[in-house]
Amino acid sequence: MTDLAHIRNFSIVAHIDHGKSTLADRLIQSTGTVADRDMKEQMLDSMDIERERGITIKANTVRLEYKAKDGQDYILNLIDTPGHVDFAYEVSRSMRAVEGSLLVVDASQGVEAQTLANVYQALDAGHEIVPVLNKIDLPAAEPDRVREQIEDVIGLDASDAVLISAKSGIGIPDVLEAIVTRLPAPKGDRTAPLKAMLVDSWYDSYLGVVVMIRVMDGVIRKGDSIRMMQTNAVYGIDTLAVLKPQMVPIAELGPGEIGVLTASIKQVRDTRVGDTITSERKGCEVALPGFKPAQPVVFCGLFPVDAAQFEDLRDSIEKLALNDASFSYEMETSAALGFGFRCGFLGLLHLEVIRDRIEREYDIDLITTAPSVVYHLYMKDGTMRDLHNPADMPDLTLVDHIEEPRIKATILVPDDYLGDILKLCQDRRGVQMDLTYAGSRAMVVYDLPLNEVVFDFYDRLKSVTKGYASFDYNLSGYQEDALVKMSILVNDEPVDALSMMVHRDRAEMRGRAMVEKLKDLIPRHMFKIPIQAAIGGKVIARETLSALRKDVTAKCYGGDATRKRKLLDKQKAGKKRMRQFGKVEIPQEAFISALKMDS
Amino acid sequence: MRSASSWRVVLPEDWEAGGFGLYIHWPFCMAKCPYCDFNSHVAAKIDQNRWARAYLSEIDRVGALTQGRILRSVFLGGGTPSLMDPEVVDAVLTKVRATWPVANDIEITLEANPTSVDAGRFRGYADAGVSRVSMGIQALNDADLKALGRLHSAAEARAAFDIARSVFERVSFDLIYARQDQTVGAWKAELREALAMAIDHLSLYQLTIEEGTAFGDRYKAGKLRGLPDEDRAADLFAVTQEIADEAGLMAYEVSNHARTGLESRHNLIYWRYGDYAGIGPGAHGRLTLGGLRHATETDRIPMTWLERVERFGSGDSLCAALSVADQRAEFLMMGLRLTEGVDRARLSSFGDYDLSKNINGLIDIGMVETADDRLRTTEAGRPLLNAVLRQLLG
Ligand SMILES: Nc1nc2c(ncn2[C@@H]2O[C@H](COP(=O)(O)OP(=O)(O)OP(=O)(O)O)[C@@H](O)[C@H]2O)c(=O)[nH]1
Ligand SMILES: C[S@@+](CC[C@H](N)C(=O)[O-])C[C@H]1O[C@@H](n2cnc3c(N)ncnc32)[C@H](O)[C@@H]1O
Ligand code: SF4
Ligand SMILES: [Mg+2]
Repeated sequence: MTDLAHIRNFSIVAHIDHGKSTLADRLIQSTGTVADRDMKEQMLDSMDIERERGITIKANTVRLEYKAKDGQDYILNLIDTPGHVDFAYEVSRSMRAVEGSLLVVDASQGVEAQTLANVYQALDAGHEIVPVLNKIDLPAAEPDRVREQIEDVIGLDASDAVLISAKSGIGIPDVLEAIVTRLPAPKGDRTAPLKAMLVDSWYDSYLGVVVMIRVMDGVIRKGDSIRMMQTNAVYGIDTLAVLKPQMVPIAELGPGEIGVLTASIKQVRDTRVGDTITSERKGCEVALPGFKPAQPVVFCGLFPVDAAQFEDLRDSIEKLALNDASFSYEMETSAALGFGFRCGFLGLLHLEVIRDRIEREYDIDLITTAPSVVYHLYMKDGTMRDLHNPADMPDLTLVDHIEEPRIKATILVPDDYLGDILKLCQDRRGVQMDLTYAGSRAMVVYDLPLNEVVFDFYDRLKSVTKGYASFDYNLSGYQEDALVKMSILVNDEPVDALSMMVHRDRAEMRGRAMVEKLKDLIPRHMFKIPIQAAIGGKVIARETLSALRKDVTAKCYGGDATRKRKLLDKQKAGKKRMRQFGKVEIPQEAFISALKMDS
Repeated sequence: MRSASSWRVVLPEDWEAGGFGLYIHWPFCMAKCPYCDFNSHVAAKIDQNRWARAYLSEIDRVGALTQGRILRSVFLGGGTPSLMDPEVVDAVLTKVRATWPVANDIEITLEANPTSVDAGRFRGYADAGVSRVSMGIQALNDADLKALGRLHSAAEARAAFDIARSVFERVSFDLIYARQDQTVGAWKAELREALAMAIDHLSLYQLTIEEGTAFGDRYKAGKLRGLPDEDRAADLFAVTQEIADEAGLMAYEVSNHARTGLESRHNLIYWRYGDYAGIGPGAHGRLTLGGLRHATETDRIPMTWLERVERFGSGDSLCAALSVADQRAEFLMMGLRLTEGVDRARLSSFGDYDLSKNINGLIDIGMVETADDRLRTTEAGRPLLNAVLRQLLG
């Protein structure tokens, strides 16, 4: 048991790549939580996808023990959060479990769009914020300028920002001291009935469902009977542990503490993040307010390539959803693709990550249909319905008008690239709302249709500004516009999974881009294949994929039979990653790639 | 998972539809050609007597497994078998005749390189019983021969060919086309020249860039320029068929042309999915033993093979039964290379797989046709055989 005065809970937040996970490494290392020989870079990024892409996707918690300069021992619970805008929900969720944030800013880059977004969220959560200027080892670091920027742009006092280099270990003791002296201790009543927040949960193949909690009031012990207040499910606690970052068993957790429990939870659906956990008997009366649910903005269908894997897909999706409350799903059937799920995501990277995780962690090959945002269809009969899937677009004569979701995008960009950004936003049907300067950086606010942004806006933004612009957005509402459904016909047959909603004025351009892309993505067949984009019955773009002309092995004698047969088997296996539409086989990557535009 | 039944044989002696032959591999060459991925090696010194003893011992071994079968053909392939001492060839063929009853019209082929030195041994091979040579001429102009890393000139090859014509009953030669910077016009002219020389048989191979060869490495490094793209390769293939047809040397297989009745009987055994024993380093075989068709393989490295034969009395490194599905794949893969195609009754004897949907799809797009109880590729389907097979077996 640790008294409240000796606990500090905090999240590390920052724009993507500003060094959160590296700072976490140093804090773990300098408190001796993990031995030097067991350290590796960004050790909390343990998923394969995180290591491959070099970014954090899941928030991670570690408990550190620190003897401060005042001679006292403290428990520090650190939550490292992701920086990419698609995983913002992880950040807001994590912030609810702690009292303070270390706001990391790369001293060579300065304030970026997610820096701003994070500050607003931290203030919203009532956090104390300690600014930390990182990467001061870099020759391009300008701590003074960045300090000024923090004050000008964010309005946060940065005079006692901590200067560090997470990579070379400079300033780490100062960070630890700042945590103890500048962040508040948690509050809570040990004698009150148990009240704990369900912060996160995940599926572990050995332990089953693991639940992460933050105790607000009361004490939780191994063997206790607990109740989930939303679902009313009751469990006996099998294990109680803290993360260091491995699970280390602990007898009890009191107010202010963060830990994990397992309780032979069979129903994955019974653990909802944001739920309140109390004791089965004499529990608390009022539940915690819970988390604001995440609003998925991009939807697509996920179908198993092999129809027999549908149940495996269901199982994997349920397990992943447990670990990621920002992802939604419901069953869907399609004439061409069979049974699958319509899933909602916070962005395209989020979609790609979930898809990759299902493919790798559960070994299921997937077809991903063209992503879409949610449209509002106002019907002639006065009703309104949501359209998640362009394939479900009803007969146009029944529709009065269509509204699309719009966002307020905040973009921070160096002066030199402002022109490119304005052009990009203009091309994407944006309406400029604000333009201000902070030093040599411009902050532009645009009102943009979400469907012009979700697929590749972020990539384009990065490439036209050589990586110097940053971007954040919030949904701002719905607005009517001239939207039409564009169908794609491959070999004269419509492929539902590729149909999409577009603005009438942009239809021809998008249609042309789509058919050109598809021409490159679909392998040549033994016959020529027309690829068309059409609105209603009218073809607006057309390409022809010419027929394969030569694919034959020149020499094949007795000695080659085995090798050639194995080659054939391999090629047949490659075909399994394609899906048949009429006579044409379309590779599974095509569905998303076709939507990314080059301009 | 394979069920036990997938190993059953459909017709216990299916191989008889293709016949029985013997392949003997000689793994040495004077130099390694940059495009070649055959099991060929350059050796400083070869103890030919030691090799002869090993071949004789292997013939004894496979002879015991296939006793009483009528041998239709022997093929001495390489490498460069025209480096073998005629005495070695004589000893081998004498042993062969003592081991199996041979067909009256047995075909005995030897692969030869067209240098004057090799040609000097032709008489001896004929005396030993070789009835047919297949010569690797590859190109009829010196610049291309040099680019292909060949040790002979065009004139030397023609001279060797003339000697072969006077010595052997049947003579065939190989050309490689779709070379670097080869135009359709230049190939047409060269092919006409070749057809004027050819007597009964001609093999015309599109240059294939094989992994693990010098060309393969250069290609990967982007340093092998001027190779035809798919369209030009298709054009080259089309004119090849056209011109050879005009000259009466019809394609009976993807890359092989012959006057009717003068096809390579040995290679037909492969394509008609008959049985063949393979001996020598890296030789493969297909042998029906005890009602099951087996794939056999030997050690590829010449000295390892030799020592294995001497020490254990067998060069085989593998002898494994083939599943019915694998046999069916091989039957189609080999058989559809032939203009005559495959026998449908025999195809359906390879288990109860229903290919009719796939076949009909291919008929619809004009890639295959069925007639006289046979399934074969059309003229349009032949250059796309790999795609046809993928769909057929899909
Ligand atoms: N030179 C220098 N590089 C640093 C420092 N801290 C982090 N980096 C590098 O910056 C890159 C990003 O670091 P991470 O720790 O993964 O950043 P992050 O903020 O966790 O990134 P996300 O989780 O993807 O948002 C890595 O290549 C680090 O090695 C530093 O103090 N100096
Ligand atoms: C086993 S080789 C040997 C014959 C003999 N050693 C010679 O080179 O003359 C048989 C034939 O395959 C052909 N060949 C070998 N490698 C080839 C390749 N990479 N592409 C096309 N044909 C090839 C050549 O025409 C060669 O003559
Ligand atoms: S092509 Fe013939 S001579 Fe050249 S390496 Fe191959 S087998 Fe030997
Ligand atoms: Mg990180």
